[in-house]
Formats: sequence, structure tokens, C-alpha cells
Amino acid sequence: MKVSLTVNGSSHEHEVEPRLLLVDYLRKVVGLTGTNIGCDTSSCGACTVLVDGESVKSCTMLAAQARGRAITTIEGLSSGGELHPVQRAFHEHHGLQCGFCTPGMVLAAVSLIAEQPHPTEEDVRLGLEGNLCRCTGYHNIVKAVLAAAEGVPA
Amino acid sequence: MTTTQFVGTRLLRREDAPLLTGEGRYVDDLVAPGELHMTLVRSPLAHARIRSIDTAAARAMPGVVAVLTGADLLGEWGGPMPCAFAIPGMHASTHYPVAPETVHYIGDPVAVVLADSAYASKDAADAVVVDYDPLEAVIDLEDALSDRVLVHPELGTNTSHVWELNPNPEAVERAFASAAHVVKERYVQQRLLPSPMEPRGVLAVPQPHGGELTFYSATQVPHFVQIFLSLLLGIPQQKIRVIAPKVGGGFGCKLEIYGEELLCAALARKLGRPVRWTEERSEAATATIQGRGQIQDIELAADADGRITGVRVHLLADMGGYLMLLTPQIPLLGAFLYHGVYDTGAYAFSCTGVYTTKTPTDAYRGAGRPEATYAIERAVDALARKLGVDPAELRRRNFIKPEQFPYQSPGGLLFDSGAYEAALDKALTLAGYSALRAEQQDRRARKDVVQLGIGLSSYVEMCGLAPSRVLASLNYVAGGWESSTVRVLPTGKVQVVSGTSPHGQGHETSWSMIVADQLGVSPDDIEVLHSDTAIAPNGLDTYGSRSLPVGGTAVYLATEKVIAKARTIAAHQLEAAEEDLVYEGGAFAVRGSPTSTMALGAIAFEAFSAHNLPDGMEPLLEATTTWDPPNFVFPFGTHIAVVEIDTDTGDVTLRAYTAVDDCGNQVNPLIVEGQVHGGIVQGAAQALFEEAVYDPDGNLVTATFADYLVPSAAEFPSFALDHTVTPSPTNPMGVKGIGEAGTIASTPAVMNAVVDALAPWNVRDIDMPASPWRVWKAIQAGGAQ
Repeated sequence: MKVSLTVNGSSHEHEVEPRLLLVDYLRKVVGLTGTNIGCDTSSCGACTVLVDGESVKSCTMLAAQARGRAITTIEGLSSGGELHPVQRAFHEHHGLQCGFCTPGMVLAAVSLIAEQPHPTEEDVRLGLEGNLCRCTGYHNIVKAVLAAAEGVPA
Repeated sequence: MTTTQFVGTRLLRREDAPLLTGEGRYVDDLVAPGELHMTLVRSPLAHARIRSIDTAAARAMPGVVAVLTGADLLGEWGGPMPCAFAIPGMHASTHYPVAPETVHYIGDPVAVVLADSAYASKDAADAVVVDYDPLEAVIDLEDALSDRVLVHPELGTNTSHVWELNPNPEAVERAFASAAHVVKERYVQQRLLPSPMEPRGVLAVPQPHGGELTFYSATQVPHFVQIFLSLLLGIPQQKIRVIAPKVGGGFGCKLEIYGEELLCAALARKLGRPVRWTEERSEAATATIQGRGQIQDIELAADADGRITGVRVHLLADMGGYLMLLTPQIPLLGAFLYHGVYDTGAYAFSCTGVYTTKTPTDAYRGAGRPEATYAIERAVDALARKLGVDPAELRRRNFIKPEQFPYQSPGGLLFDSGAYEAALDKALTLAGYSALRAEQQDRRARKDVVQLGIGLSSYVEMCGLAPSRVLASLNYVAGGWESSTVRVLPTGKVQVVSGTSPHGQGHETSWSMIVADQLGVSPDDIEVLHSDTAIAPNGLDTYGSRSLPVGGTAVYLATEKVIAKARTIAAHQLEAAEEDLVYEGGAFAVRGSPTSTMALGAIAFEAFSAHNLPDGMEPLLEATTTWDPPNFVFPFGTHIAVVEIDTDTGDVTLRAYTAVDDCGNQVNPLIVEGQVHGGIVQGAAQALFEEAVYDPDGNLVTATFADYLVPSAAEFPSFALDHTVTPSPTNPMGVKGIGEAGTIASTPAVMNAVVDALAPWNVRDIDMPASPWRVWKAIQAGGAQ
């Protein structure tokens, strides 16, 4: 079947199998490999992308279901060589180690801050519950997200 | 002279940018033209003979290139799967990447499918029909020990080995015979799924024109992989290039030689096309090695004052269906540490390994030391309860004292340095220990539904396994050294080549800081190269918290050699005596003649042009060091967990966590803290959430992240960290490893807190993980408060 959608602002149109997952579409068809696959039960959140600005685990969605939607992957978050404030906060607070959960974690955090511009620590911890990290113990991820949110104008 | 400008600072990581923007490439992100996708057909039974395999339907499916069984593939292997850490006299299982006759765990491969897409290969794998003759599963460790059902009948027993460390049996007998108090405990180390966020992955690319193979793997040990691919496939080692690109965590489970690695390499060679395999998460649950898996019996003898006079330990350790690279020795990496941080005198340890029809066990973060620390720290709390002494006070009474270092341990090790009481004191203060005890008393008095538990864990661990001669006495096939080359390029920029293979630990940042200080250059002028056998041909990779004390030291020493050579060149050029030269800020100056200087870049260019070097000197400014340390290093510290338990529901909440660690001098405290944070959560997760649960038929019932509870941010508080600094005398920078300390300390801290909270119900132990159900049951069994 035919799908057309935008990814990071560019239009794409492809003939795909109906069963193709959005994450496989992004990685194999569009060639954007920044979105990682960490599980097969929609538990880990490594494949989180933004669909029309909201975080979605791209392994829970078929490419066909994304027809006409605007997808943002980690490759589309920074602009003009400048890191997005959430990316910068992850760097400044050592919120990543191996980096595999990072694209999904960052996009989940972007979505969280969009919904709750001034979250408490508890808000951040609950808000990121769907994204697993095995390296950082979450301590510095939470710090990074709180710091990024502080930078959001009141 | 070295000035410290970067070492000790919280320099932000240079590794981050590509990982934050999606530009970092993990194995599954790489593409090789014409690549085939491999899917394994895996046994759904824990123990069975293969009667027949029908591959016809699979072979006829679109996109399928080959379907091969274990029998078809036997000719590919130069030998069985390797075990590089054997025990003399052990009963060793033999196995191959694909089982030819009998399967020994759920997930054991029986056939492989190669197709031109991942979806096509998975579809075809589903169409392979395997007829099994089921055999009885062997799940329980004591049942395995009874030999009621043999996992490997050809061995005649399920016992793989019995290993003892009992240097003075009479002393142990005496200690227990004359003890005023004896504590006898049994603890269970449940099996764990290591679960790095990146599952495993392999891409084997044949290079037919040279008979070569370029091999990408999500591994911690590219150098090991290169050697074993050569030995087991007969490809000359020099024709194999192994690259570990970005690797998404390892935690020990990527310290392995896996059948899927051998398969991709063999099939790429056989078919002349690139072969890729990407592990699925539920596949990883049974196809990747698991951690822990022990029953621990520990006894402490103590005098009337609670001074521990003897420790006796026996382990029953679960090998799983086969012995993998290090399987039999993993429990023994703790063998020397079951007396912990205490000066206990008499000491005896033994371990019996048994086969079961479960996924093989092997290294998982801490590998042997978390198990040891768990047993002694839980037992010390049990002794404290028996004596009615505060657990902090009992620890204090028994610590090895600072003046006893270097300490000759009863297990035969030489502990390099330690100040255990100082770390304890700092942790008690930071946690607000007396206030916590007061709150606990208050809640107990009020019979509050929510009870407070405070758990201590004072640990010591051994890491940076070395020297090589000692590893030989432990029958480890490899050595304990690490290699580094430091190269000042003609333009004055620096390349550092390291034999370590980071997968999240930040070596590029840390190594550049070490070299920047020594050479007096900016870290930005230094590139750190690693994890590619064509670029860093010599190395023993990253595991066991070895990278800084061994690999970082190699970098440091190679840099010293570079400076020594540069000094000789500068003395020649400046017509000065070498001893009159002072090296500072990246240049040599002649003492007393401040205008007579020569910068490192200029020296490097002279070394490159070689127009005017001292007679007999080789051109180029570079040096290689291979460092074989004289001893392990022994990090230590005290962690304190505070839990709240809802006694109506059994729900445990980790309210606060304090960690005071001592890893000697710190190169980058930001990275040190990150390692500790992650370790705490991984160890606490063993205490509260994670367990690989097998049913009696050998089915892993926690095979997905929906069932196996890798915790999220919501389950944890932020942590309070501090440190003490007791430099190691083992290496010139005075450093110790910190990669595993958090995991080693946190499991017993959390479980001691859980048991402490339930003291009013006389609860002595709860099996891990301390789920609400188990905690609630323990409360009910303990009777009314």
C-alpha cells in the first residue's frame, strides 16, 4: 500500500507492506537509523518519535497508520547544527552513557515538557516511565529534563 | 612534570554529540550491499532430542536463500564453542552454534534461515518444522545435583566441578567450635537477564578479494572475537577485522563468544555475501547469557563481642545447559571476597557447579563479587540482629583497619589500600543515620502501616584482574594486561590508541584528559581510537572494571614514553642536557634559559621529517606500552538504603539512597558518579524487581520487558553520593575501577533495609526480588505486630 507522510519536515511517499512497523519504515525505508529498537513489546521506549508533536513508540504503530502525519525523529530535533535544549541538557548533565535509549528518551522528554512546561521531579519520573535506560540509573536524566524545563519561558 | 588541569574535573563527554543526534551507528544501523538476514529457529523445549527437521516449506518461501540445520553446519566448525576459563578436572559440556542432536535449553538454536530481508527470514523460520522427542527438564539446582535426570548423559553427572579454597581447615574448625555465636544463613541469587538496551547484533562482510572478513559485532570484546573466529573457523587471524561500533551497553553479557557470531561469519564465507543478525528482545531473554543463579550457604563464627572469627561458605551454582566463555569461573570471582571488609581470620569457601536445562549463565555486572558481597553483608546484619547490636557498630568492630594495608587476606589476596570506617562514617552522616533510626523507632512504636527500613552495605571488590601470571593460576586463557599507543602527529595533534572497548563508559573523554594533562595540550587536540582490530590490534577489551586501572594506566605510561623520547629530541635540537630540560605547557624549556624552548608540535615534526635526530634514533614520535599490573585494585565504600514498606500491601518504596565510594583518585567525577548511579539501580533492581522465572518445564515465563521488570525512573529517588579518596599503590595514577561497585553494594543494602523494616515481624529473609507478594507473605507468616 502507499503511504505518504512527512519526516522531519520532508515529504515521503512509498509503497510498503501493510504490516510494516513505523520504526522499520523510518530505519529501513527512509534510512533514518537514529530511532533504535530495544524490545518487541512496546515496553522500552527506545523507538519513541514525535507524531504531530506527541511522543509515540514507533513500534506500536504501522507505517500505514502514520499516513498524512508529521513525524519528528531524533535527526530532526536539532537545527542548524545547534542542539535542541533537551539534547544540550542531556549533554551538560551526563544524562547518557551508551546512548541507545537516548533518542527515545530525549523525544519523550521533549513531549513531556511540551505538556508540562514546569514539571516537578515526580512529574518527570512518572512522565518518563515508558522509557527504559540501563546505564544511568535515571538520576542524571531526571536532572537534565528538569534543567531543560527550567529553560522554558514561564 | 605533569600539571593537573583536566584530571579530576567534570569535563563533559566528547562521546555525547553523535549519540544525542542519532548519528552514532550501532551494528543494526550499518548497511552492507547484498546483505542477507539470518533468523534462528530455536527450541521451544528445554530438553529434547531432535528427531527430524523439515526445511522444504521454508526453502520454498520468497526471498529465502538457505535453510540449514545443526547437522548441515557441523563441517563449518573447527571445534566446539569455547570455554576460556576452565577448572582442572571439570566435566565440560560440548556444544556448537546450532544443536545437531539434542537441545539443552529453550532458545537453543536448531536451524538457521537466510533471506534477503528480515521479515522474509522470520516468516520462513516459522515454516521450519521440527519434530522433537521431549526429555525431562532439569530446573531446580538441588534436583540437578541429585543426577536424577542427566543434562549431558555422556558426562555421567550434572556436577560440572567442585572447587575449594580452604587454606587452613583446622583454623576454620577451631573458629566454629569455640564461637560464642554462630549465624547460619541461606540466600538465593536469582537468575537475571542482563538486558543492555541494545540487544546483540552481528554483521559479517566477506571481502572476497583478500579472503578477508570484516566483522561488526555488538560486543565488549572485539579482540577476543577476532581470535576465536580465527581458531574456530580457520580464517587466518590477520585476515579478520573485528569492529565494535557504537555498542549500547554490555553489563558482561557482551563479554562472550556467541554462536550467532560464528554463524554469521561462517555463512558469509560460505555464501560470499554479507550476513546480518539482529537479536530481538524476547529472543535475548533466552539466547543471551543470564547472570547470577546460585544458592549460597554462609556461616559466621563470632566471639561474645561480635568479632567475627570465621567465615565458611558453600555455593551451588547454576551453569545452565552449557559452559560458555567464562561460565564455570564466574562464581569463583567472588571466592576470595566472602569475608568482605572484615578481618575475620579463618576462611573457607567451596563451590559446586551444576548443569540445568536453562540458558547458560556467565558474566553479569560484578560477576561473583555482588554475590559475595550480598552473602556477607546480609549475614553480618543477621549477626547484628542476633547480638542486638546496631549494624553500623558491628561493622565498625570488624573492619580491616587502615594500618593493616596492604592487607594479606585469608583468601590469599593482597588488598592494596582501604579506609573502610571513614567511608562508613561519611555515609552515616550523609544519610542522617541517627535521625532515620529515631524515625524508625517512632513508626514502630506507633505501629504505623508504613514501616521504615534502613540497610547498610559496606563492600570491597577486586577489579582490574591482573597480573597475567595470577590469571594463569586461575586457568584463565588470556592475560590481564592492556595496551596503548600514543602518537604525536607531525602537526602536533595526538592520537591515542587503546585496547579497551568502551560501550558507554566514556573512555574517549577520560583517556584524552589523562593525556592532555601529561602532554600539556588541549583534550580537543587528542583523538582516542579503539574497538577496531585494524586500528587497535592489541587489547583485552572492557569488562570487570578493568579499563581505567589497566587500560588507562597503559595510556598514561605510553604518554610518559612519548615525553621521554621528545625530551631526547629537544635536548638534541636545543643543544642542552636532557636533565636541564623542563616540560611544561606543551613545550620543553632549558632551565635558566627561558627563551630556549621547543614545543611538542615542533618536536613531533622533527621526529617526522627525521632530518636532524640524535644518532641511532628511530623517526616518529610515538610509543606503545603494554601494562601488566602487579595486582588487582580493591575499591570499597558504604551504601545505605532507606525503604518504606506498606505493611498492608507489601509494597516496598526505595525512599532514599546514599552511596560513599572510594575508587582512589578520580579522573572524571562526572563519569564516576554516572557509573555509580547506574550500578545502584541495576543492583537495587535485583533486590526489588528482576527475576528470570522458569516454570518446572523449563519455560522462561519472564521473557519480555512486559514480564521482566527492568525498572523505570518512576521506581527510584535521586541519590546522595559522596566519596573518599584512598589512592591505589598498584598503579601510577592511584586509580581503581568503578564500573561495578554500585551494583555490588546496592543489592544487599536494599535487602538489608527490607528485612530491617520487617524486624517487628521477626522476618529474617525474603527471597529476591522482594515483590509485594513475597513481602506481604513474610509479614503474614511473621504474625501480628
